[in-house]
Amino acid sequence: MRHRVLVLVIILVVLAAAIWVVLPNNPGITVGENHRSFDTVLGLDLQGGMQVLLEADVPADQEVNAQSMQDARTILENRSNGLGVSEVVFQVAGNRRIVGEFPGLTDTEQVVAALKQTGQLEFVDFGDTFVNVGTVVKTSLGGSQVNPTAESPAATETPTSEATIDIQNTVWNTIITGSDLKAVVVTTNNLNQPIISFELSPEGQKVFAEFTTNNVGKFIGIVLDKTVISSPSIDEPITEGKGAISGNFTIDSANALAVQLRYGSLPVALKVIETRIVGPTLGADSLQKSLLAGIVGLIIVILFMTVYYRLPGAVSVLAILNYAVLTFALYKIIPVTLTLPGIAGLLLSTGGALDANILIIERLKEELRSGRNIQTALELAWKRAWPSIRDSNLATIITSIILFWFGSSFGASAVKGFALTLALGVAVSLINITFVTRTLLSFAFDIFKIENKAKWFGI
Amino acid sequence: MFNLLSKRYLYFAISLIIILPGLIVIAIWGLPLSIDFTGGSMLELKFTEAVAPAPSDIILLYQGAGVVDAQVTTTSSGEYIIRSSFIDEDKRIELVNAMADKFGVEPTVLSYDSVGPTIGQEVTNRAGLAIAVAAIAVILFITFSFRGIAHSLRYGVCAILAMLHDVLIVISVSAIGGHFFSWQIDSLFLTALLTVIGFSVQDKIVVFDRIRENSAIYRRLPFEVLVNHSIVQTLQRSINTQLMTSEFMLLAMALFGGVTLREFSLILLIGLLMGTYSSLFIAAPSLVIWENQEWKNWFKGKGKTVQA
Repeated sequence: MRHRVLVLVIILVVLAAAIWVVLPNNPGITVGENHRSFDTVLGLDLQGGMQVLLEADVPADQEVNAQSMQDARTILENRSNGLGVSEVVFQVAGNRRIVGEFPGLTDTEQVVAALKQTGQLEFVDFGDTFVNVGTVVKTSLGGSQVNPTAESPAATETPTSEATIDIQNTVWNTIITGSDLKAVVVTTNNLNQPIISFELSPEGQKVFAEFTTNNVGKFIGIVLDKTVISSPSIDEPITEGKGAISGNFTIDSANALAVQLRYGSLPVALKVIETRIVGPTLGADSLQKSLLAGIVGLIIVILFMTVYYRLPGAVSVLAILNYAVLTFALYKIIPVTLTLPGIAGLLLSTGGALDANILIIERLKEELRSGRNIQTALELAWKRAWPSIRDSNLATIITSIILFWFGSSFGASAVKGFALTLALGVAVSLINITFVTRTLLSFAFDIFKIENKAKWFGI
Repeated sequence: MFNLLSKRYLYFAISLIIILPGLIVIAIWGLPLSIDFTGGSMLELKFTEAVAPAPSDIILLYQGAGVVDAQVTTTSSGEYIIRSSFIDEDKRIELVNAMADKFGVEPTVLSYDSVGPTIGQEVTNRAGLAIAVAAIAVILFITFSFRGIAHSLRYGVCAILAMLHDVLIVISVSAIGGHFFSWQIDSLFLTALLTVIGFSVQDKIVVFDRIRENSAIYRRLPFEVLVNHSIVQTLQRSINTQLMTSEFMLLAMALFGGVTLREFSLILLIGLLMGTYSSLFIAAPSLVIWENQEWKNWFKGKGKTVQA
């Protein structure tokens, strides 16, 4: 180690930076307009919240377009933000699933309902037929609801005789859809009931004006995801492209629908296949207890290392503490979401870091026993222990990469969190053992003029 | 120097004594799989101190809502854990509201897990696949990094065999714990198992590394003596690493952690202990057995213990 002073300076600078990041109430970094704050991100199992796994509601053997999953993800994110739920994360997992995480949220009724609905709004030509609200109908707009065998030429479908119509099996003609709407807002009508006011796009306005002019006195159906939500009659032609939807809305459900209309319908229908909710008290409890356990464990380890390995043990403890600070700083910088499985990954990588130190010290003792001088013994110990440290840790990194891939392609975020903290910890540990333990030991042996090996090394 | 390897068949027998009862329990009662693997719902509730509804009343409420297979367990701290087949979000809200009506106080939902029926099976299959892929990758990696010495493939294979041994022990112990102490194999268990696998492989490579190093130094030594010498040399490190990483950390977790963490840390404790144990007493002896091709003597009468 010829440049050991330089290495020591770098170690101290990096450590100082890491300590600054780790400090609570860190202000973050502002570069130009970009502000970056360093926060500890806790997972749902530690702070409480909800996780849902959504799956494309199509037959298992049918491929789902990757772009439509990405679009669905963006729409879901927009919808959540529109509902005022913050910090939501949606991720596409594999080719047909989306994981949604809602930290801190446990009252979820409205949110889930608003998210999973496709939100396909249609204005349908009901002709002279009045259809009850809540009826599920078939429309000419492409969709799985249309039964091909019952299909007949759509243009002539408009029924003329009320008595003989099978409402549920008729394919009704769609006039315009939700994508023709713009400027959707929730207001109240004169009865103080929530309604949804909208304006039509120029194209939609034209089509709608023409249709309402020709069909005064007939019924128009407002259909959401193939279910009738309102069925007004056309009193006069609507040519200005403005209108309102009234239905049996509460403020919440009107808001939810408005959000759906504003951000568009999902390109693919989704269903909830997994929900996990952790109450805030349970999360805080787990966090507190694992923290306490970690601190107690660490203290015992520090005591043992110093008592058993004496000087090199104490130096290793410093190196391990350095490892802990660097890893934690990295978690805050990336940022890594800390979960219980993540803590298990951290525990395992800390074990690996300890093992690396123990390997070096054991080797050092062996070399000293065979009578070498201290600095030579350190160089030899390093050279001989390194292959085992390198290979064992590389194997762990390989394993964690495979687990990470598995976790993210499947929506198993527990496995993913474990693999991520493990891989990061092992990487930091390898750098730490290469530079920090070695340099610190080398300095320590110079500072303490060691004559009695038995006393300093416990040989 | 002690001869650790001479009793290798005894070590195998000890492992079998732990694994076999577990397998028998699994064969008779099955694995105590949680809803994470089987699909279903689990709702964990707490009422205020004054209200303590009878579990049978809750089951009746579930039945009223069309869920006929609900099971209720109560914990010592007054929490209710209700397991049932898969229910969706609407149904859960309906049930919680019904409980609030019937018992006069809104229960606090501590946690709620609902897993679709098909997804559980998929988790198991995919996790198995991921572990298999990881195992093959590790065998290839070890074969590559031990390419300098003879039969490098054996090291990879023996490491994975010993790792599978650890997995089997953990599963057996959990099956027994599941039957007698109502443990559950859930996603946290999966995490523990992954930790055990990672630790186990890492430990095997450290021990094998010493064999790799020594086989370059002591070329004349019989393989069995070489392996024995190597594991004796790494013994102190094995014990200390084991003490530090698992016993101290996990004992703390088992003692101070909550109920959920206790089971988790206990399983980790056993698994990590096995990780160290199997490096010395399964992986290294397997190498020797392979080298001596001892299976040729297994069925020749009393050829069981080969002279060291």
